Amino acid sequence: MMESIPLESWEGPLRTTMGGCFPGERAVFRGHDLHADLRDADWMDLYLFGICGRRHTPAQLRVLHAIWVNTSYPDPRLWNNRVAALAGSARSTGILGISAALATSEAAIYGRQIDIAIADFLTRAMAAVRGGRPLAEVVADELRINRSIGGYGRPVAKSAADERNAVVLALAEHEGLADGEHVKLAFAIEEILLTGRWRMRMNYAALAAALALDIGLTSREYYLYLLPAFLAGMPPCYIEACDRPEQATFPLRCSALIYQGPPRRSWVPECR
Amino acid sequence: MNTEPARNIIHSRLWAEDAENDDAFTAQACYCSGYDVYGELLKQATYPEYLYLLFRGERPAPHIARALEILSIAVANPGPRDSSVHAAMCAGVGGSPAAAALMAALAAGAGVSGGAREVFQCMQLWSSCSDRPEAWQHALEAPATAGRMQVWPDAEHPPGFAPYGQRCARPVRQTLSALATYLADGHIAWLAAHRETLEQAAGRPLAMTGVLAAALSDLGLDPAAGEMLTLLLRLPGAAAHALEQGESGFRRFPFFAIDIANDPGRYTDQEQSR
Repeated sequence: MMESIPLESWEGPLRTTMGGCFPGERAVFRGHDLHADLRDADWMDLYLFGICGRRHTPAQLRVLHAIWVNTSYPDPRLWNNRVAALAGSARSTGILGISAALATSEAAIYGRQIDIAIADFLTRAMAAVRGGRPLAEVVADELRINRSIGGYGRPVAKSAADERNAVVLALAEHEGLADGEHVKLAFAIEEILLTGRWRMRMNYAALAAALALDIGLTSREYYLYLLPAFLAGMPPCYIEACDRPEQATFPLRCSALIYQGPPRRSWVPECR
Repeated sequence: MNTEPARNIIHSRLWAEDAENDDAFTAQACYCSGYDVYGELLKQATYPEYLYLLFRGERPAPHIARALEILSIAVANPGPRDSSVHAAMCAGVGGSPAAAALMAALAAGAGVSGGAREVFQCMQLWSSCSDRPEAWQHALEAPATAGRMQVWPDAEHPPGFAPYGQRCARPVRQTLSALATYLADGHIAWLAAHRETLEQAAGRPLAMTGVLAAALSDLGLDPAAGEMLTLLLRLPGAAAHALEQGESGFRRFPFFAIDIANDPGRYTDQEQSR
């Protein structure tokens, strides 16, 4: 059988460089005393330091904040937010409802699965272009292999421009962070996809990923940074569902179920 | 009364309801794939049969229902050392809501190392390699292809096989053997006959995830349904152990020592307790 480091060697004290707490005394956060070195840190700064092990400039943090702020939609119809609203309707706890809504945001046609995929594609495309490959070829290859490029096109508004892009781009421009190589690449990809037969516009996922990559986040760091991206829109959905009568958020009558299965039949005991 | 907006409908091949004559929101009869759930299944069907009906839309043959029942027992409790159960116990011991304990078990039991995603990936292998030893040999020896980055971390061992251990664990062999009695002509039977060949190709012993993947494929589930059912079937043990630790209390629950390599406090505390 293949040799792997035996689990015995992982017994004993948990070796870490991430930190720990000493109740009654202090807490260590990535090699720093939380209550001394980091006590005044902006939460976003601390959160990113936890993910990346690097500190970010105030301008970078403002752009990354703006990416969260401008995609916080308190609309309970959205699938992830609806989880929070339904939890409220059923009088579950706020944390359970919102935690499940956040987990739901790790979706395949929006949210975190798209985010990590587009960050990864922009990274790979950048490397390919720097290596001399024409971008159009890189884009065509990606479409051939994966049939789509997350971050371009939008399931709920296919042809419309993404309402968030201009706002966040303006904020990034104000901070001097809108003209990085990944942002330029993201727009160049949009140009290819708009002029080709695909007719896909760049949506928020591609722009946000490009801005974050230009700030220096890796694809996996970007994915974890985005965990709370939709969070601010969720508590309002939960709260208002709690304000309505119980079970009165999105009620569905029996006739709302359109049955398309086998006809009614009997569970014949003789066949058991 | 409001008229029902046409768009707010749910299409289902699984479920239909008849409303009470005077209450559009209360069902007086529910049908699962055509069968009357409360009028007939309650008295006639076993739980594995109903579970299969929900996932497949058809009632199972008796040997299939029995195989699902065996599988359900085999994986119902991975035991408190398993990450998913351990996670549930963390919720239980701190007095978190019951749902938090099960959400914790689902999260820690979902992954590509011992979790439901590993079962998903192994079911994909069964789909592509089936009962062909040379296909398995090729798939297990080939390095994982670098595709589009996913939210799942990369697998560090071949799906369906144990990352640690020198030989196939006895409970795994016992489960495989019990299932082979009822699934005599599918992947499980083939796996029982060729286990050691596959283990040699993988360089690792067969794991319970591999047995689950073969059995769920034999039950006719696709990988997505197999992943979902794996998550579901493993919850009873997590629930029971979370309740047990809640009663036992945090003082009897391990807290573990840590060794902080870059501690600015210049000492390591290996005897931490809360």
